[in-house]
Amino acid sequence: MIEFKNIKKQFNGKQILKGIDGTFEKGKVNQLIGASGTGKSVLLKCIVGLVTPDEGTVEFDGRDFYNSDRETRKGIRREIGMLFQGSALFDSKTVEENVRFPLDLLTKMSPEEKLEKVNFCLERVELENSNKKMPSELSGGMKKRVGIARAIVMNSKYLFCDEPNSGLDPMTSITIDNLIKEITDEFNTTTIVVTHDMNSVVEIGENIIYLFEGEKKWQGDKSNIMQADCKELEDFMMSSKLVREARAHWK
Amino acid sequence: MKLLGRYVIFLGQMFTQREPFKVYVRLVIEECYKIGVGSVFIFVLVSTFMGAVTAVQTAYNLLSPFIPDYVISLVTRDMAILELAPTIMAIVFAGKVGSNLASELGTMRITEQIDAIEVMGINSTSYLVLPKVIASLIVYPLLVILAAGLMIYGGYIAGIFTEVITKEEYIYGLRADFLEFNVAFALIKAFVFAFLVSSISSFWGFYTQGGALEVGQASTKAVTTSCIAILTADYLLAQLLLT
Repeated sequence: MIEFKNIKKQFNGKQILKGIDGTFEKGKVNQLIGASGTGKSVLLKCIVGLVTPDEGTVEFDGRDFYNSDRETRKGIRREIGMLFQGSALFDSKTVEENVRFPLDLLTKMSPEEKLEKVNFCLERVELENSNKKMPSELSGGMKKRVGIARAIVMNSKYLFCDEPNSGLDPMTSITIDNLIKEITDEFNTTTIVVTHDMNSVVEIGENIIYLFEGEKKWQGDKSNIMQADCKELEDFMMSSKLVREARAHWK
Repeated sequence: MKLLGRYVIFLGQMFTQREPFKVYVRLVIEECYKIGVGSVFIFVLVSTFMGAVTAVQTAYNLLSPFIPDYVISLVTRDMAILELAPTIMAIVFAGKVGSNLASELGTMRITEQIDAIEVMGINSTSYLVLPKVIASLIVYPLLVILAAGLMIYGGYIAGIFTEVITKEEYIYGLRADFLEFNVAFALIKAFVFAFLVSSISSFWGFYTQGGALEVGQASTKAVTTSCIAILTADYLLAQLLLT
């Protein structure tokens, strides 16, 4: 479980996060939703330590990230896997080298063990036989899947996904969502997905936090998001025609 | 001053929380190959012509019955060793390697590849920048030696073909009044300039923010700042070691 309290962050005098509290539960797909520019990605980066918050605490299963010594922090980071918005694959490395990268640097596994692990992860994301391909030869969806494979190769306890569906067609988006859900169930990870895709929310959202202008406005799950008593959330959801129709049907 | 402070912190980060030594061995070898082999062609071309021009222009300026011809090769040799090979080639190095380092790291930054390394718990500064700096420290002095040799050879070719000096006089001039310390001084300069170019260029690339436009700007800043640093350090080293 990840617990964060009173997270505040400002850039150039502009308050982006205004004291956000929340929890991300283990074995569930936790989602951070909200319109563009509401601070979702900044909050995510504050939680993983890529951006240091001005105030607040983040605890990974009771271990305070920002008030720990270097070694503890390093230990926590090595339990984190992250899928970036643009996949962030290393251009000069093959698919296999990309997935193997954390194993090369952070483990003492033999080359055979590493290859076995890489192949397992690539099979898990349905990219077997793509080991020697370069990132430039992959489609957007395939890059995301390689990103997921790299994120889980270290048996990550915490899986962070920053807008995994951005730039993907609806079918591929659903495939990626299902993959994230399956991996969460299979490896019992604490998964956090930043998204503004309502399809993804109603598909896999088990613990949803809605952000509006740097504040947490609502928290719940996909079963009660339609009845949420939150004006801003309603406006956000109703901007999607699909959700409008689904809600009308549900009513 | 704030920028200078950030640069010093950046240098400090390179040496703290490093990964195991063997990780760097492979990376340094790869960078040596990229930086060294990639720069050989431009170094050969520039230094050969620079040596040739130096010899011809020296001959033109020293055309007098009171000055012996061997002074042409003596001047070419000292110009090459003291200034042209370490300093002017450092500016070429900044243009070729510095801009490349800045754009490579800048692109890695804007495509979140550096964040990906950081999230894994790896010190990205040390992992990405330290091998480039070490490789530059190894390769650039070797390139300077190559450049100095080619400048002297370029001067020889130009001098012989234009008949401003004979072969024997050129060789005599190369040996006349030779100071071994000049070579040591050139190598000291080479180490200092290699460090400045690689670290300053990496600094600009590493802290790029934005998109393609900013990567281009980082690359330009890397070359400009490196050139200023080279010229300042050149003066300071001359003042410190030659007076």
